[in-house]
Amino acid sequence: MTTNEPILAVEGVAKSFVMHLRGGLTLPVVDHVAFTVSAGECVVLGGPSGAGKSSILKMVWGNYGVDAGSIRVRDCDGVVDVATAAPREILALRRSTMGYVSQFLRAVPRVSTLDVVMEPALAQGLDETTARARAAELLARLNVPERLWSLPPATFSGGEQQRVNIARGLISRVDLLLLDEPTASLDAVNRAVVVDLIEAKKAAGVAMLGIFHDADVRDRVASRIVDVTSFSSHEAAA
Amino acid sequence: MSASLIEARGLTKWYGDRLGCRDVSFDVCEGEVLAIVGESGSGKSTLLSLLSGQLPATSGEVLYRTRDGEVRELSTLSEAERRFLFRTDWGFVHQDAAQGLRMGVSAGGNVGERLMAVGARNYGKIRATAEDWLERVEIDPTRIDEKPTAYSGGMRQRLQIARNLVTAPRLVFMDEPTGGLDVSVQARLLDLVRRLVADMGLAVIVVTHDLAVARLLSHRIMVMRRGRVIEAGLTDRVLDDPREAYTQLLVSSILQP
Repeated sequence: MTTNEPILAVEGVAKSFVMHLRGGLTLPVVDHVAFTVSAGECVVLGGPSGAGKSSILKMVWGNYGVDAGSIRVRDCDGVVDVATAAPREILALRRSTMGYVSQFLRAVPRVSTLDVVMEPALAQGLDETTARARAAELLARLNVPERLWSLPPATFSGGEQQRVNIARGLISRVDLLLLDEPTASLDAVNRAVVVDLIEAKKAAGVAMLGIFHDADVRDRVASRIVDVTSFSSHEAAA
Repeated sequence: MSASLIEARGLTKWYGDRLGCRDVSFDVCEGEVLAIVGESGSGKSTLLSLLSGQLPATSGEVLYRTRDGEVRELSTLSEAERRFLFRTDWGFVHQDAAQGLRMGVSAGGNVGERLMAVGARNYGKIRATAEDWLERVEIDPTRIDEKPTAYSGGMRQRLQIARNLVTAPRLVFMDEPTGGLDVSVQARLLDLVRRLVADMGLAVIVVTHDLAVARLLSHRIMVMRRGRVIEAGLTDRVLDDPREAYTQLLVSSILQP
C-alpha cells in the first residue's frame, strides 16, 4: 500500500425506513454521515442507542440499503461504492476485503464449530489444513473448550457463541473489519483476549469500524470516536 | 466477473387471459444460488417451468451457455437437444419426491439410471457410484436395493438430490425442496444442499416460500407477486431491509421461535 488514502470513505450518507405496514410512516435514521477509516485505525461509532450506529455499520456491510451518498471501500483492484454496487460486487468485496463480527451468530444447523470458523478462510482460497489450524488457534485463544469444536454452536451459551462468531470474523485476512459489539456478553478474561486480537489486527494495518458499549473496551481500542448524534436526522424531522 | 450461465430476458407467460409471470429478467452465474420467493400463485413455479424449457413463453427469451461455450436460446433447441440438457447439464428437484423419482425402481436404480443416460455401462462402476452418492446424501448404502416407497420423506428427498447430482450438472432447479418435510429433516437437507452446492460450484435457482430457506441457501433473492418481480437484491439486504410493502409483509410475518 503506497497511499494514505482511507480504506473506507463514507460521504453524505442518508438512511430512513419507510414502514409500509404502518401506513407509509417514514422513520429517519441518519443524514449527512461522513467519516473515513484508514489502515491501522479503529474508528468507534459513539452515541446513545437508537442514534443509528448499527444502521451505519449495516449500510457499510451492504445488508441495509442506502438512500443517498456514497460508501467507498478500497480493495485490491480499485474502489467499490457499496451504496450503488451490484449484489455480486458486494459479495466479492465480502470475500476479499471486508469482514463482519456481529453480536449474534446465525448458526447453520448441524455444521461443526470448527467448520463454521473455517468457512471464510476457505472462501478466500486458503487450503483446508492451514484454515483448520488457524481456526483451532483462534478458538483456543478465545477459550472455547476443545471438546466443543466438533459440535454445532447452536446449543452453546451466549458467550460461547459470541466467541465462535469472533473467531469466524477474525480468521480471514481482510483490509476492513466491521465490529458490532464484539464484547457484549463476554467476561473480563475474554474481553481482554478480544482487545488483544483487535490490537493485533490494528498493528497488521487492518482498518476497523466498530460499536462498543463497554466504555473500558472502547477506550482501549479506539483510535478515534465518531459521534453519530451529529448525523442525526431526528432534529431535522421534528 | 464470470459470464452468465443462464439469463432470462423479459420472460412473460399468459395462460389465456390469466397472467403467469410478466417481464422477468435476471441472470445466474456458476456458483450462484438465486432464490425466488413469494406466496403461492405469485408466478414462481411458472417461471421455473419457463426457465427449464418445460413450458413455452408467450414472449421473452432464456439464454443458456452450453458446455462448449455456445449461448443458445432455449426455444431454438430441438426436443432432443433439450432432453440432452436435462440429462447432462441440468437437475430438477421437485417438492414431491415421487415426481422426481421412479418409485417402482430401487434407490440404486434411481441414481444409476441418470448415469446410464449419460453413457455409463459398467454395472459395477454404476453401483459403486450410486453407493457413494447414497453416502454423500447420508443414506445407508446397505439400503441401495430398497425402493423409495420404503423410505421416509426426508430420505426420498435426499435420494432425489443424489439422482440429480450424480451426473455433475451445472444448473439445478429446485421447487420448494424442503416443503412438506419435518423441521428437523429440513435442517439436515438444507445443510446437505448448502455443502454440495459449494463443493460442486453449482448454479441453483430455488423456488421457495420459506424465507429461512432462502437466507440459508441463496446469495440473491427475487420477490415475486402477481407474476411480477417486485424486489430483488442481495439476500441479507432484502431480508434485513425490505423496501417494498409486500416484502415487508412477508418478512414481518415470520414467526420467531
